[in-house]
Amino acid sequence: MKQQPQGTKSTPNRFNHHGVWAIYRFELERARRTLLQSLITPVMTTSLYFVVFGAAIGSRMNEVDGIPYGAFIVPGLIMLSLFTESLMNASFGIHFPKFTGTIYEVLSAPISAFEIALAYVGAAATKSVILGLVILATSTLFVPVSILHPVWMATFLILTATTFSLFGFIIGIWAKDFEQLQLIPMLIVTPLTFLGGAFYSINMLPEAWRSITLFNPVVYLISGFRWSFYGVSDVGHSISLAMTLAFLLICVGIVWWIFKTGYRLKH
Amino acid sequence: MPSVISISNLSKTYASGVQALKRVDLEIYQGEILALLGPNGAGKTTLIGIICGIVTPSTGIVLTDGYDIVRDYRMARSKIGLVPQELATDMFETVWDTVNFSRGLFGLAPNHAYIESVLQQLSLWDKRKQEIMALSGGMKRRLMIAKALAHEPEILFLDEPTAGVDVELRRDMWHMVRTLREQGTTIILTTHYIEEAEEMADRIGVIRKGEMILVEDKTSLMKQLGKKQLSLHLQQPMAEIPEALAQWQLSLDGEGHDLLYTFDMHDEHKGISSLLKRMSELSINFTDLNTSQSSLEEIFVELVNGQQ
Repeated sequence: MKQQPQGTKSTPNRFNHHGVWAIYRFELERARRTLLQSLITPVMTTSLYFVVFGAAIGSRMNEVDGIPYGAFIVPGLIMLSLFTESLMNASFGIHFPKFTGTIYEVLSAPISAFEIALAYVGAAATKSVILGLVILATSTLFVPVSILHPVWMATFLILTATTFSLFGFIIGIWAKDFEQLQLIPMLIVTPLTFLGGAFYSINMLPEAWRSITLFNPVVYLISGFRWSFYGVSDVGHSISLAMTLAFLLICVGIVWWIFKTGYRLKH
Repeated sequence: MPSVISISNLSKTYASGVQALKRVDLEIYQGEILALLGPNGAGKTTLIGIICGIVTPSTGIVLTDGYDIVRDYRMARSKIGLVPQELATDMFETVWDTVNFSRGLFGLAPNHAYIESVLQQLSLWDKRKQEIMALSGGMKRRLMIAKALAHEPEILFLDEPTAGVDVELRRDMWHMVRTLREQGTTIILTTHYIEEAEEMADRIGVIRKGEMILVEDKTSLMKQLGKKQLSLHLQQPMAEIPEALAQWQLSLDGEGHDLLYTFDMHDEHKGISSLLKRMSELSINFTDLNTSQSSLEEIFVELVNGQQ
């Protein structure tokens, strides 16, 4: 124990792994209790997409970039669920304790901001990755799916789940009520995903629209992920990776700022 | 007694401009029970919030067992257990899970034997498998205490522990607080109930409008500020107080049957005997006498109102 000036004591900053594990486990336990919403609902929704887009409409469509339409939309559908579920899980995970007041315990515990974010975001990302894999497994029941670059696929899956969980964590802290909690996912993320090439290749768009679409960050996430499946992409996969990492860093920066200032967490 | 919490020059101004604490200095000693009294909005909860890490101070320093609560927050917070005013718990968890969660959150490895002893002590052991939402209000309050004790804290903060609690549970709570103190835990409680402070505390701090207007040993506070009243039941009722007794500033009650003499404790010696002697000289006889001491509540009301 190192003695500090002013007669105060100090100890090295020890990582509170028990604390991180406690929150992480609590969050996963919460998912287990709400298994129906957490897993079955997204799987059901995705299956409906396959029935409508894959079987009903897809059978009348040509191949896209040499891939049958039903298979083409698989990465986009996984990403769509990944975005939504990461946002919902992470934002709800931190917003609910704020709402019920149980956040006092986390704030008064010897746990750092980084550890709190790691636990909540880690748990949300874990759930999303599991969900992504479940949807992938479900899709193989409807269409033939191949994964050309599995390591890249896993990388994009984990990075995207982490990034959107961080984003959700920010929304959960920012939101003052449950309506605000739904606002960004509904108003921004879902439209950007639909317009980001989840169901089509942006090469199918007229030139002007294609250029505008390139400002949509979701395009890069979906394109990179689709490349890891079929080796075809709207934009280069390294650009996709760079964009994902950039988005991740922005979110990390905002979370760091939130804890530094106590924004909407502490008075 | 060594100090376990040392607060100096602590101020807090909220974003709204409300100044909740104004340059508060306070030493809390090891093993004591300190009661913080004050009207609503006086700054009690803000003070506790800062010490526990929930509220960021505007200025000032707080050391918990020598550790700065900002710079060495891990060590400082690991020593403190907090029972907040609101019954904030996750409704769907079981008693057992939530208490173990609290222990883990504070960085300690699981210790089922210890958690069992805490639950036994708080009569929660039989309820360990129940979901929190199935518990009664009183049981939930016990659970909050169990959660606060899960990491074996040396200092326990109880923010309004008996607000809205029935008499029996309040007595239980007091018993439990005393047991904890006997085990060496330092306890700081805020309360509206003067009776509670009077019953429990070793020292009393009074906060008013963000200022710590007084911190005093309970018995010496009562001695210093307590008023005693001597009531004499007269044989013959009096219409008015005779001129000869004016120096004692007496008053009449009970339609002239009761003569009341209010005095400060430290004036006791010269006051009563001289009054009684003078009354005897004036042949004013009484059939009964009674003395009463002002309660902490009266002292408190006087303090809070008197200094406004």
